[in-house]
Amino acid sequence: MSVFLISAISIATVLLFGCVGEIITEKAGHLNLGIPGIMCMGTAGGCLGVSLYMGALSSPENASWILLVLISILFSVVFAAALGAVYALLTVTLRCNQNITGLAITIFGGGATNFIMSFVDRTHFDPAGKLISTPLPFADSLGVFGQVVLGHGVFVYLAIAIAIACAIVLNKTRVGLHLRAVGESPATADAAGINVTAYKYVAILSGSAIAGLGGFYYIMDYIKGSWENASTIEGFGWLAIALVIFVLWKPNFGILGAFLFGACYIVAFVISGITSTQKEIIKMLPYVITIVVLVITSARKNRENQPPASLGLPYFREDR
Amino acid sequence: MEKQPSGMENVTSYAQEKDKKEPLFRLIKRDVLPKRKIVLIYAIAIVASLLLSSVICSLFSSKNPVAFFVALFDGALGSSRRIWLLLQDTALLLGVAVALVPAFKMKFWNLGGNGQILVGALAAISCMFYLGGKMPDALLIPLMVVASILAGAVWGVLPAIFKALFGTNESLFTLMLNYIAAGLVSMFITIWVKSGSGVLVPIEHGNFPELFGSKYLLTVLVFFALAALMYVYLKYTKHGYEIAVVGDSPNTAKYIGIDVKRVIIRTMIISGALAGVVGLFLAGNIHHTVSTATANNMGFTAIMATWLAAFNPLVMMGTCFFIIFISRGMVEVRGSFNFTNDSIANIVIGLVYFCVIACSFFITYKVVFRKSGARVAKRNRTKGEER
Repeated sequence: MSVFLISAISIATVLLFGCVGEIITEKAGHLNLGIPGIMCMGTAGGCLGVSLYMGALSSPENASWILLVLISILFSVVFAAALGAVYALLTVTLRCNQNITGLAITIFGGGATNFIMSFVDRTHFDPAGKLISTPLPFADSLGVFGQVVLGHGVFVYLAIAIAIACAIVLNKTRVGLHLRAVGESPATADAAGINVTAYKYVAILSGSAIAGLGGFYYIMDYIKGSWENASTIEGFGWLAIALVIFVLWKPNFGILGAFLFGACYIVAFVISGITSTQKEIIKMLPYVITIVVLVITSARKNRENQPPASLGLPYFREDR
Repeated sequence: MEKQPSGMENVTSYAQEKDKKEPLFRLIKRDVLPKRKIVLIYAIAIVASLLLSSVICSLFSSKNPVAFFVALFDGALGSSRRIWLLLQDTALLLGVAVALVPAFKMKFWNLGGNGQILVGALAAISCMFYLGGKMPDALLIPLMVVASILAGAVWGVLPAIFKALFGTNESLFTLMLNYIAAGLVSMFITIWVKSGSGVLVPIEHGNFPELFGSKYLLTVLVFFALAALMYVYLKYTKHGYEIAVVGDSPNTAKYIGIDVKRVIIRTMIISGALAGVVGLFLAGNIHHTVSTATANNMGFTAIMATWLAAFNPLVMMGTCFFIIFISRGMVEVRGSFNFTNDSIANIVIGLVYFCVIACSFFITYKVVFRKSGARVAKRNRTKGEER
């Protein structure tokens, strides 16, 4: 049971990073279908950072935990935000179609990640992965509770902290109010003196940066630095986009929703005594649940639970 | 704000402010550009992106950029087999694009092409698996056609029904259906393949006959014909007109008495069914088996093709050919440039997309730069002299 919970929390963390990143982007009115590619790019960046840092050391035992974490976060964030910047340039400044641009970003991001990873030196990924996933100091002394709740690497708590911070910023601050205004009605926001372009850029860049950490966490912490190709992370990216709908564009719900999705995802691998056919059915559940939620929210027409009103539409000031 | 300036001050400060605040450039929405210019802009974007790609590829290997283009053309057109494969893949992508285009013309974001192809293929393979050998192929193949079309139509109409009833977001709904379709494929494979290898060996029954001794020709003919039919359907029929009106303005459509819900549902049945036909060909004519990778992401690639063609099925023949040309050419580039994995193809295709997407901006908008004060003054003076 505790193995199941630990794995579920790990998968949930990957999804939570992606989901919170996408929520911020969507709140600015941009449906970023490039999130899967951006999560891949964050992975490539983080892994590159890890390999550069580990390569610069005389021996992998000398690695410092705090430096490793900071360097990998920095690289991951920069790479993911760079690809996010391409998306922002195309959709905000050049007002291109968001769906088309997002798909192109995902194709490019997956390819670029595979390409970068084929050059990255992965010899020290195993010790680096173990170091990054170091649990909180007093986790072992607290029994099962300690293992399940405190036994994770720092990225799990970072994801939860970011989700809570985003929820507070979105709902309790002026910046959040302005951001939501931009996503609901950019023309109104513009008339009120809000710099629409700046808000969109900042939202897309920070959303991409957050999402990128998800892919990196999966590779470095959850599977401890082994690498096959980008398609697994892309899968998580699409699931994260589904999660955004499931949690009704609320980052704090995202924590719970991500855990539920993570549990659905992992339960098929953990449960014993069921056939592989039943496993495949269970693996479909998150997507079925998302569709049900999508239908229910659209049918109820509750104004609190709708997607941002101008989601997917470009804003051109002279277009009124 | 607090201080109310007198009239004169107000005028001067306004003039100064205007002089200071006028931005370096601004955007104006263009009227429709002449076709020649649009083609020229796209051509520049494509050439620029390919030049960029050739430089990037040669940076990461010992070859030069010219070798990139040689390999690209060799990979796409180097032998008669390669040309046939190029045509077949173009036809398949065109088939998906034809399936998606009525939906997109209606502004219904059908991102579920992959799923609709997969269920079509799955339906055909089910017929082949359960009925193959028990009845003659002449009976089995029509059954497969019907099954694929039905399966694709169901997968297409599900999001349409909810969109029509509740306004449910179709892009997210169709996206989710892709994964459910992939899940169904994995599920049926676990039922069919007892060994647990997860790979269904090609089935011998229900394979399409060769046409004039070529296994590629049938696919090519069918989908190019469908593209031509779709052109006629969208341009010259009442249905096509209704789709265009619903896409441009649902309110106008309602006002002139078009049943919007009916149009949405009917169009998505057609869209899904046509995608199912692509699945049918993948299953019955090409792979004779099915896996989660059968759709080969064509549902997404075709979105690019339709969008680049401005939703015109005849132009789509060209855009599909172009996209497949690049991706087939990249197979050879990858080999001759000694890249270890096929990721370079996706990078190049991504770059081409970026450039082409970005250039759509220059078709819709015109950038007007601020005129410097001296230039304006000079022009005014010459104008005065002319008078």
